[in-house]
Amino acid sequence: MAVPGAPLIEVANLEKDYPTGAGVFQALRGVSLSIAEGEFVAIMGASGSGKSTFMNLLGCLDRPTRGSYHLDGQDVGRLSSDQLAALRNREIGFVFQGFNLLPKLTGLDNVALPLMYAGMGREARRRQAQAMLERVGLGERSHHTPLQLSGGQQQRVAIARALATRPRIIFADEPTGNLDSETSRQVMDLFSQLNREEGITLVLVTHEADIAAYARRCIRFQDGRVIEDTAVAEAVA
Amino acid sequence: MIFTSLLETAWHALTTHRMRSFLTMLGMVIGVAAVILMLAIGQGAQAMVRSSIESMGSNLFIIMSGAVSSGGARVATGDAPSLTFDDADAIRDLPDIMASAPVSPGGAQLIYGGVNWNTSVYGTTPDYAVVRNWSMASGSFFSDADVRRGARVAVIGGVVARELFGDEDPVGKIIRIKQAPFEVIGVLASKGQSLDGRDQDDTVLVPISSAQQKIFSNTLRNRARFIMVQAVSEKRMDAAEASINDLLRSRHRIGLGQDDDFTVRNLTALAETAASTTRIMSLLLGAIAAISLVVGGIGIMNIMLVSVTERTREIGIRMAIGARRRDVLWQFLIEALTLSLIGCGIGLLFGIGGAWLVERLAGLPVAVTPASVLMAVGVSFLIGVFFGFYPARRAAGLDPIDALRSQ
Repeated sequence: MAVPGAPLIEVANLEKDYPTGAGVFQALRGVSLSIAEGEFVAIMGASGSGKSTFMNLLGCLDRPTRGSYHLDGQDVGRLSSDQLAALRNREIGFVFQGFNLLPKLTGLDNVALPLMYAGMGREARRRQAQAMLERVGLGERSHHTPLQLSGGQQQRVAIARALATRPRIIFADEPTGNLDSETSRQVMDLFSQLNREEGITLVLVTHEADIAAYARRCIRFQDGRVIEDTAVAEAVA
Repeated sequence: MIFTSLLETAWHALTTHRMRSFLTMLGMVIGVAAVILMLAIGQGAQAMVRSSIESMGSNLFIIMSGAVSSGGARVATGDAPSLTFDDADAIRDLPDIMASAPVSPGGAQLIYGGVNWNTSVYGTTPDYAVVRNWSMASGSFFSDADVRRGARVAVIGGVVARELFGDEDPVGKIIRIKQAPFEVIGVLASKGQSLDGRDQDDTVLVPISSAQQKIFSNTLRNRARFIMVQAVSEKRMDAAEASINDLLRSRHRIGLGQDDDFTVRNLTALAETAASTTRIMSLLLGAIAAISLVVGGIGIMNIMLVSVTERTREIGIRMAIGARRRDVLWQFLIEALTLSLIGCGIGLLFGIGGAWLVERLAGLPVAVTPASVLMAVGVSFLIGVFFGFYPARRAAGLDPIDALRSQ
């Protein structure tokens, strides 16, 4: 486990190169920062600024070209792809702009999916998935497939899925990008509540200032570098 | 990940695309059904040949009058037989010989009451029953004494008994063979079809002496068209053949360089040739059917590859929420295996049903053996693994981010 007081996420000189036809594109050019447990962080920046690349690295979906990433004191760079998968399963929840639910599965089965990869039995994971759906206010719609749900409801199913294995961090990539302002507000309220009441660390990628305003810290990216890292009230102002 | 979860996932994926799954399985269904049916027909034929060989008797020679060829030209075998009863007795006295029966064959009309029946009549000796390993259904075979005194007794095959007597007991009844009255003293046990397809039960055996005097009115007494000989064991077959040749050449006074006036044939070897021909035929049938099974497997690989491409995003999502590479590999492998094994199961039903139909409608002997069923299941399993592995590995090798980005 973590050294007490140590940050949950700590990256140093993180760089990511992508080979392109014209040479190498440097998506990240040396990012160093840390995020403590229980923080609610918004990552902002124009498209191509490197914020999504950064998020993929933090989410253990990708590996940095150079630099180090410690998650909960553990050097992620040394982990095998299976260990990364286990880490994503146990410690990390994802919420995507396009929801990324499996369209043929019911909401309940979607939420139960991470629990299946955690090795939980069928009945236990259905019980826990049902509890998570109730937590996001969709307990009575657990047997609907994504297509039978509205966008806001689908995103809440996705949040329930992210919560299923009770991870410590949730990464949300433009979670309100496909939602109208009213449902956006509901989803963001849910995130705030999870952060406040359950102490889940939230990292949110967005380019909308009013969404970023829900966070308590805002990190701004430009050309693969952090150009601003401030408390949110100041950032909005 | 738990195995039942894998099965559940595979089942869900397959039932989501019912039509596609069904069409994919169809290749396996046809392949397995073809293999089972072809093996059943092949093995049925083999079983028939085997039982024909068993009914023929074991370690058999047939010695025919006349040479098959003389100086390169075929010799007419309709001439006077060169073999005599004494030849048959002399052969029996050779060390490697168990029994030796001269045979004088012919056809004749049988009459009993108002019924008549045309059949083959064999004049022979009691050794014939030994050589052919032919037991009695009822009554008894005629004796050497019957042969010596030319007794008018007959032993009839099952078909003759049925045609002439129906449900009546033939033993003790008098039948007419070409007008000459003979007493039926026994009914032969059933042997069924011979290798050349004749019904061996459609026959009458009489003492060779009586046959020549009363039925064939043969002018050449004491001569036999052929002699059936049984050697003491399979190992002594070659020695027996050599000593028969020597004996007959000296008895018939055939000098060095002169052609034989008889032909010795090893029937057991001929039968084995027939058996191996059937075996090769049934292997060939099975091999052709196996090709369709492989084609079925390629169909599975095809669809699985399409499925992996189509579900790239799903794979990305699964990886993001914690599926390890081997979880993805197993997911697709189990899907391929489920397709091949369910296809195999349905194919088995069709194959066994088809075999039954072939037996009922075409009258061909078939044999569905547990070994061929096991083999079909085993091969289907291997096909599922073999053709499922490549697509599954491709799915498992996807990069989570690329997979998530795909449409």
